[in-house]
Amino acid sequence: MSTVNLTGPSGIRKFKDKLAFVAVCAAFALAVIPLVTLLYTVIKNGAKRFDMEFFTHSMNAIGGRDAGGGAYHAIIGTIEQVGLASVISIPIGVLTAVYLVEYGGGRRLARIVTFFVDVMTGVPSIVSGLFVFAFWIALLGFEYMGFAGSLALAVLMLPTVVRATEEMLKLVPNDLREASYALGVPRWRTICFVILPTAFTGIITGVMLAIARVMGETAPLLMTVFVTTAINNSPFKGPQMALPLFVWDQAQLPQQVAIDRAWAGALTLILFVMLLNLAARLIARLRKPVSR
Amino acid sequence: MAKRIEVSGLNAYYGKTRAIEDISMTIEPRSVTAFIGPSGCGKSTFLRTLNRMHEVIPGARVEGKVLLDDLDLYGPDVDPVAVRRVIGMVFQRPNPFPTMSIYENVVAGLKLNGVRRKAQLDEIVEKSLRGANLWNEVKDRLGRPGAGLSGGQQQRLCIARAIAVEPQVLLMDEPCSALDPISTLAIEDLIASLKDQYTIVIVTHNMQQAARVSDRTAFFNLAGPGKPGRMVEIDETNKIFTNPGEKATEDYITGRFG
Ligand SMILES: Nc1ncnc2c1ncn2[C@@H]1O[C@H](COP(=O)(O)OP(=O)(O)O)[C@@H](O)[C@H]1O
Ligand SMILES: [Mg+2]
Repeated sequence: MSTVNLTGPSGIRKFKDKLAFVAVCAAFALAVIPLVTLLYTVIKNGAKRFDMEFFTHSMNAIGGRDAGGGAYHAIIGTIEQVGLASVISIPIGVLTAVYLVEYGGGRRLARIVTFFVDVMTGVPSIVSGLFVFAFWIALLGFEYMGFAGSLALAVLMLPTVVRATEEMLKLVPNDLREASYALGVPRWRTICFVILPTAFTGIITGVMLAIARVMGETAPLLMTVFVTTAINNSPFKGPQMALPLFVWDQAQLPQQVAIDRAWAGALTLILFVMLLNLAARLIARLRKPVSR
Repeated sequence: MAKRIEVSGLNAYYGKTRAIEDISMTIEPRSVTAFIGPSGCGKSTFLRTLNRMHEVIPGARVEGKVLLDDLDLYGPDVDPVAVRRVIGMVFQRPNPFPTMSIYENVVAGLKLNGVRRKAQLDEIVEKSLRGANLWNEVKDRLGRPGAGLSGGQQQRLCIARAIAVEPQVLLMDEPCSALDPISTLAIEDLIASLKDQYTIVIVTHNMQQAARVSDRTAFFNLAGPGKPGRMVEIDETNKIFTNPGEKATEDYITGRFG
């Protein structure tokens, strides 16, 4: 029988431990560098035009060479387009996921739906724009409008929402479904009052990510909302602007004043996404059982 | 309000495999019936056929008759959801609803079925929690999450939740197997006090527990390796543990197998 050795790790193990530690830290730093530089650059360049005028004025009658102007028209457009896209795709997406997880159970229809969701996930964003252009504008004869952009964004959002919700619903333990059924609660009530609330936090996070992702989409908007310099409050009538388009439009111009506007637009976009994330966290926190 | 259950010729399947075979028994009202037997012999499966929870599993089905007094639970116009309101169930692992407070957990069955009056709910919460021997421990923190309680408390919360809908029969599938001895004792006391009002069926791996809490005991066993489970015998608990009618029962309770 050998004697028990309780001395600390040998030199070589200590060294390996250090090495792994350094490697992990280095990998983390490498991952963070792009993010930090990006934030730094956008904030530094965006701050110049991050002023009242930027948020209260449009680009109407302001040429590329002129200073001033703002992204009010683009902000309105983005909020309305993304809002409408969410209104379309979140209910459809969540209900689809509920069907797949709670009712599908390997049925033929469920497999077909899953297949199409997979296909949709792979649709390039420009294609969704082209699709809406071909269908909504060219075929049905509607004019360019914010809502057409919403449709294109909804096509992009839908598979993300379905997937995120599906994953979250699958995480809900089967015990809870059974607990609810055993109380004599019908399936649909179980879904509404037990399963969806349990998965709620995860679903919200997934949905927010989906919204954040489409908020910065430029390609699908190009052929659907068109580009305008004027304020258009109605997403259902005539061309509308959007923040990513604004950035794209201004960044193309050679003048520094335009470039500055583009940076300020990019900063605004990033802030929107961050706000969404914060909102998601807040909602998740408020959902914990309340004290009485 | 407690009712008699009469099972005859019951088979249960998971897809094509038969899990239990030809079970017939009578479960007396206002008494505790214990199911004992080795793992995998179909005790849980059988228990779940009694409140139509078996068919919740995809591909699972049941043949045979289960009478609740005179009503066939598998009759053509019987709604399984309604059956489960009358025959409640407590599971092996405590499973309180994680998004709900203690209070909400207790009233979940009522609320999800449309009872909304606050005063009535308050009353039921107190009554059910008292019934489950939990009231004194939680009365000051009804708004706290149910999942924050200890395992034994969670299981008693689940019992409170089950009795809040005032079922006539209470099925318990190894309700103490995840609990410490003290919580187990609390639940056994609870079972003893509930039997005045309910028909109780309890599956247990613990033979002392069966001997302590039950009036009648049924012994289940596999018909053979790879064969479905069946009920070997059911009798007064006293008789099963002192003078069983079958050799297999005796071997099992004396620890010769299982
Ligand atoms: N969900 C299920 N799907 C398929 N087979 C199952 C399922 N649950 C249990 N079984 C099978 O049914 C038999 C009886 O299981 P069970 O009723 O859980 O036994 P016990 O509760 O006595 O341990 C076992 O052979 C088990 O493998
Ligand atoms: Mg079992």
